Amino acid sequence: MSNANTKQHREPLFHVVKRTELSTGKAWLVRGAAILLGFLISGILSVLLTGKGFFEIYEIMFKGVFGMLFAGRLSQFWVFLQKTAILLCLSLAVTPAFKMKFWNCGAEGQALISGLVSMFLMISLGGKVADWFLVILVVVCGILAGALWGIIPALFKAHFNTNETLFTLMMNYVATQIVAYYVYLVGQGSGIIQPVSYGNLPKIPPSDYFLNILVVVAVMIVMSIYLRHSKQGYEIAVVGESQNTARYIGINVKKVILRTMAISGAVCGLAGVLMVAGTDHSVNTNSMGGQGFTAIMISWLGQFNPYIMAGMSALVIFLQVGAAKVADSCFMNSSFADIVAGIVILLLVGSEFFIRYSVKFRTSKKEEKQ
Amino acid sequence: MNTFLAFIASSIPIGVPLLFGSTGEIITEKSGHLNLGIPGIMYVGGISGVIGAFLYENACGNDLAMMSPLLAVLIPLLASIAGSVLMGLIYSFLTVTLRVNQNVSGLALTTFGIGIGNFFGGSLIKLVDSDMPSIILTKTSSFFRTSLPFADDLGWFGEIFLSHDFLTYASIIIAVIAAFVLKRTRVGLSLRAVGENPATADAAGINVTRYKYVATMIGSAIAGLGGLQYVMAYANGVWSNNAFGDRGWLAIALVIFSLWKPNMAILGSFLFGALCNANNYIQGLGTATQELFKLLPYVVTLVVLIITSMRKKREHQPPQALGLPYFREER
Repeated sequence: MSNANTKQHREPLFHVVKRTELSTGKAWLVRGAAILLGFLISGILSVLLTGKGFFEIYEIMFKGVFGMLFAGRLSQFWVFLQKTAILLCLSLAVTPAFKMKFWNCGAEGQALISGLVSMFLMISLGGKVADWFLVILVVVCGILAGALWGIIPALFKAHFNTNETLFTLMMNYVATQIVAYYVYLVGQGSGIIQPVSYGNLPKIPPSDYFLNILVVVAVMIVMSIYLRHSKQGYEIAVVGESQNTARYIGINVKKVILRTMAISGAVCGLAGVLMVAGTDHSVNTNSMGGQGFTAIMISWLGQFNPYIMAGMSALVIFLQVGAAKVADSCFMNSSFADIVAGIVILLLVGSEFFIRYSVKFRTSKKEEKQ
Repeated sequence: MNTFLAFIASSIPIGVPLLFGSTGEIITEKSGHLNLGIPGIMYVGGISGVIGAFLYENACGNDLAMMSPLLAVLIPLLASIAGSVLMGLIYSFLTVTLRVNQNVSGLALTTFGIGIGNFFGGSLIKLVDSDMPSIILTKTSSFFRTSLPFADDLGWFGEIFLSHDFLTYASIIIAVIAAFVLKRTRVGLSLRAVGENPATADAAGINVTRYKYVATMIGSAIAGLGGLQYVMAYANGVWSNNAFGDRGWLAIALVIFSLWKPNMAILGSFLFGALCNANNYIQGLGTATQELFKLLPYVVTLVVLIITSMRKKREHQPPQALGLPYFREER
């Protein structure tokens, strides 16, 4: 009997305690370990699947991204920067909404609809108005379209508390299907729109992508200032922490929700403009390449800090590009990139636990008592 | 009338993967977890079944006579379930034990799962050094597609209700059982309590962690079967990359449409199937307009989402603790 009693009251082997605060250095040590572990696991996986040597895999990845940098051929590296910039732009876009605890999962759709509007203007007005005017029109209307796509779910969230995660998710596919419709309409059933030479964003040397990268860097700096040092950024943080507190101190919560989602959608729209008018000069349902979803993870992994998000974007793009090269080199499917990126992201996501909580093992206090 | 019959009969199989997916997602969401990994899990469920079937067909020397019908069905089925349960385990470990953000883990899992599906779909042949030119599992598929023998004799009734593969019936049976368990049993009551308010459930002596884990894993297994049904029955055993498309997201849409009720999901899935199928049966549509028709399920879902949130009827709302991690010491 007494035996059973002690068994019931025995402390569990370990229990989880919320940390008060972990120093930034230690937190980064944990994340670094997670990234390293991710590289290790994906390396082993690559060895098992491809039969190449362990370090050979990383060599291929590294060369695939930076390889030509030293040989003076920069094109691959510019592609890497361009992809990072677009991913970062989308991540920056969702961040204010996330900080407000508004789960904007609709970056893909907000960017696509803006790309569609840009394309529509480029095709229908191309050659009919002055090109500089068309460029301005494309940029303004593209951004407005993205903002509109973001405001719609925000309106329902603010007034009826409609679940925004599900709403924005559905809006992605509404946008995708409208794009698919337009592509078949214009492409005469071929499903491809040929690149249009009107209304393209100007190109500045040294690369076709340089303007995109500059714009995103500017957005990054502005966003960081906006979130940290502006009144509106503060309001976003308060609404995110507690809507009741926000109301109590006189913040108009509905207004903040609408305004923040307009900004979020607008920056997504900017990404769409950069992609369509600045890079592809055409649009299709895969224009954003699913990066709208990756951006959600980047924003969260970057702790809503724009500069850390830049690093995270670069990491994920490195993995995606590098792993695709590894798969290519042994004639395997390039979706290998998604697996590798998935492993590293999942580990990084999981590592947040060790930053927020600490695991306390059972101490031997009991024995002292006896 | 004949076209109409054909329309109904061909709409049902389109709805079946959605029904599997949404039944699985409903069970998961009832435990308070918005599993956005479902699209990835359905891919994994599909490809795991394909790998199982592929290996079995290879082992039998691609000879139909050598294959036992029971094994040909059982191996892909178990492989599919194993694959998707593993995915569910990853998700629940991250969100239940490690308490990290559900949206982020789910989306990461979807990226990962779709990657696995497309990678193995594209590289399986190379990996096992097979002579097959592409993954065409018509033999395994023929076992999966075996329908009731007397279906053809019963005219329109047979065509609509009896001509389907066994997984189609399984999807309906599973949905009915899920509805019954959720609504009428103690286990279902406890599960709903966990999803509505885990702290209260915990105080009432319900093992919250266990309920969350089990619900997520069962939900994943069911959703994964949707992927399997798609490949083996709907696509005749032919795996092509990305062919499964955004059915996973449609399944999540269906959860909202059916107001978190599996028995509603049965009707909803066939309605969605019909909506997806409508463009093939309306005369004189161009390719472009067909694409526009594919918008319908999403718009219908949005309308339902908006109306339910406006009406604020309590029984039509998502589980209250949906998306929130539960940490006992934070009550």
